[in-house]
Amino acid sequence: MATVQTQLYQEPKEELISGSEAIGIACALADVDVITAYPIRPYDTVMQYVSRLKADGAFDFDYIIAESEHSQFEIVKHASAVGARTFTGSSGVGWFYAFEAITVTAGLRLPVVAMVGNRALDDPGAFGVEHNDAMAVRDLGWHLYWVATAQEALDMALIAWKVAEDPRVLLPFALSCDGSFLTHSQAIVQVPSQDQVNSFLPSYQRGSLQLHPDNPITVAPQVNEDWLMEIRKQTDEAMRRTTAVIKEVYEEFKQEFGRGDPSPFIEEYMCEDAEVILVGMGTLAMPARVAVRRMREAGKKVGFLRIKFFRPFATEEIQQALKGAKGVAVIDRDYSYGSPSCGGVLFQELRSAMYPMDERPTMLNFIAGLGGREVQVRDIEEMVETTQKALDTGKIDQETTWVAVRE
Amino acid sequence: MATHAVEVVYRGIFQRTLARNIVRQIVFAARKDGRIGTAFGRYSDSPERNGIPAKQFAVVCDTALELEESLAVYEASNVDVTINLDDAMCKGVESWAWYGLQPINELTKPGGTLVVTSRQDADSLLEDIHQKDSAYDLAIIPSTVSFSGLWVYKDDHTDMRVLGTLCKVCPELVSVEAMLESIKEQTGNATKVSSVQMAFDRSSTRTVEPGEGNSETPFSFEMPGWKTMEEGVVIRAAPEGGGFRGGEDGYEPGRNEVFKKWSTRSMRPVINFETCIKCTLCWLQCPDTCFDITPDGLYDANMESCCGCGVCEAVCPVPDCVTMVSEAEFNDNSSQWEAWTADKDSYNKWSTVLVEKQKTETRTHGFHHVGGYDEEIQAEGV
Repeated sequence: MATVQTQLYQEPKEELISGSEAIGIACALADVDVITAYPIRPYDTVMQYVSRLKADGAFDFDYIIAESEHSQFEIVKHASAVGARTFTGSSGVGWFYAFEAITVTAGLRLPVVAMVGNRALDDPGAFGVEHNDAMAVRDLGWHLYWVATAQEALDMALIAWKVAEDPRVLLPFALSCDGSFLTHSQAIVQVPSQDQVNSFLPSYQRGSLQLHPDNPITVAPQVNEDWLMEIRKQTDEAMRRTTAVIKEVYEEFKQEFGRGDPSPFIEEYMCEDAEVILVGMGTLAMPARVAVRRMREAGKKVGFLRIKFFRPFATEEIQQALKGAKGVAVIDRDYSYGSPSCGGVLFQELRSAMYPMDERPTMLNFIAGLGGREVQVRDIEEMVETTQKALDTGKIDQETTWVAVRE
Repeated sequence: MATHAVEVVYRGIFQRTLARNIVRQIVFAARKDGRIGTAFGRYSDSPERNGIPAKQFAVVCDTALELEESLAVYEASNVDVTINLDDAMCKGVESWAWYGLQPINELTKPGGTLVVTSRQDADSLLEDIHQKDSAYDLAIIPSTVSFSGLWVYKDDHTDMRVLGTLCKVCPELVSVEAMLESIKEQTGNATKVSSVQMAFDRSSTRTVEPGEGNSETPFSFEMPGWKTMEEGVVIRAAPEGGGFRGGEDGYEPGRNEVFKKWSTRSMRPVINFETCIKCTLCWLQCPDTCFDITPDGLYDANMESCCGCGVCEAVCPVPDCVTMVSEAEFNDNSSQWEAWTADKDSYNKWSTVLVEKQKTETRTHGFHHVGGYDEEIQAEGV
């Protein structure tokens, strides 16, 4: 709907940018029509960047600064219903303030793409990363993806619109980006040309579901118990279908841009012959990969599995990746007070995914890096040692360990 | 296979753009040498407050694999070069990211370099800079400290001079050839390129021996754990306070014992106790309750809690009764009123010299009236 085709990148270019700025550039390349914003750190870094692009005349879009996060998400929801490509986002309790709008966006099958700049939930007010904010949509029909690098942020944003807007899917997409480590650190990113993006990403066509005077429809009437379960089942089926769509789109992406992992859902790092596999999400991958390399040099068979898509959860791929391991150490940058084993959310999901397996690895949980505390290489080495000890002794002292917390 | 890291210590807001220019240019230039890098600010420093010490980092490696170790961190664990953009911070820094006083050279590697922009000489700076166990080099870029604001940037080439000096003191980080080529490409400005070259040619270092420098132990304290911390995110109020310096008369408010503001200020008030009319405005308006009421009803700015905002100077109705003076002029935090009481003539002479000097110096981090920035630029002939 934008009147000016963005020509920011006529040629591919190398940029020194943060993950947030990478997503801002992806918005321009994807020719997003409507962006809404309400300031909260670290999401505001995207706001600032797209504001600058707009002020410079480099990217034409409708930019609406709402009076709250709730309105912010309501506006993109409606814009998406009339056929506009949309982007928004928030962080921490701001994301929670928008929750009524966030739940209906998935229910109405509106392919909004949102960035969650992961931030600890108040109180106390804290800026650092925790994953509980984004995790809250895990049951609602949102795609939920954890990004590890600025390059991945740009790439996955482009993939996000294509997957979310696919007529077989039509479900919103949340890109989770660790506050600070991703949103505020500048790295070298390969930005594709506008032509490359144009050939990869078609325009958003809502077809017969588009809210328009020429297509008179009512969206979201009140229903009773005779209706709701069927509607829920439709969303469930769309979420089941998206797995194949993600695979297809990811292959197209790799072909067009010449980069990407073997799987869109998980990243296996030295997992093949590993006896102990660490599992984590987001920028935890950095210290985890360094720790794995160091332990490999010391002759230990250790690997790291990064869960990229938390929703849809790639159950079979994850089962395959973990089935050879004797021990699995799950790192949660989140908490779930009072849950089974008082463990984190990722741990619960993984243990559940591994339950049908004939041979189940010993699984331990490590709560680490809350409120943005750095997860250091030596912390991760200790997690492996704890897991190894449980394997050697055949005894688990405690299933869930809080790492590097002052007593 | 090698990793090199640089930290830029700067004043929040006033020097943010300057610090950002420096770390980004390092990464761009290192690209020309075929290396890969990252640039980031210390997250907890932001949102930045006026004048609060803050840090940005540039880390450069030969391979992307090596760089992984420096991603997902707040600070480099140690650095080849520390760049200090305000010599007053040689006293050490406290920030939102740090509790206690961090010596300016805390992260500087043995054999590394501390670069300071300053009008002071090395001996004078070393009165403030804390001792280290290992030797390192000190390089001074002779210049007035470069301050700007949130919406303005004083393009006085301080960034270029720092980058030129950096190539000289740490050629393994980035070659001067790569830097010159990169600056030319990024800015398209030949004068900037020559500023880099000139700084490179002129820079020299002096070795600081182990144990040389300020011998004070930097302030630190133990942080409580989950078992010792009060539940419910509760913080007890500071005690009410009492008489001046423990006496019967006057008043000194209770203060937080661990949250000090020594390095927050880049300037501090100097009081003329002779002309003070005891109007109470400084005491009333100070946002940090830093004025202690003396037994004789005067107001003594307590340097444990002054953040250097200058509100006292702005509200004082008496000319030159309260004057904000560069923090770099002071080596301690002692009481001005006690000095004045002990020897009024000496104090008055000392303070008059400082106040007169301040009038001719351009060091300021605020623009007190419309047009102040233009005036400063003209005065400096930038």
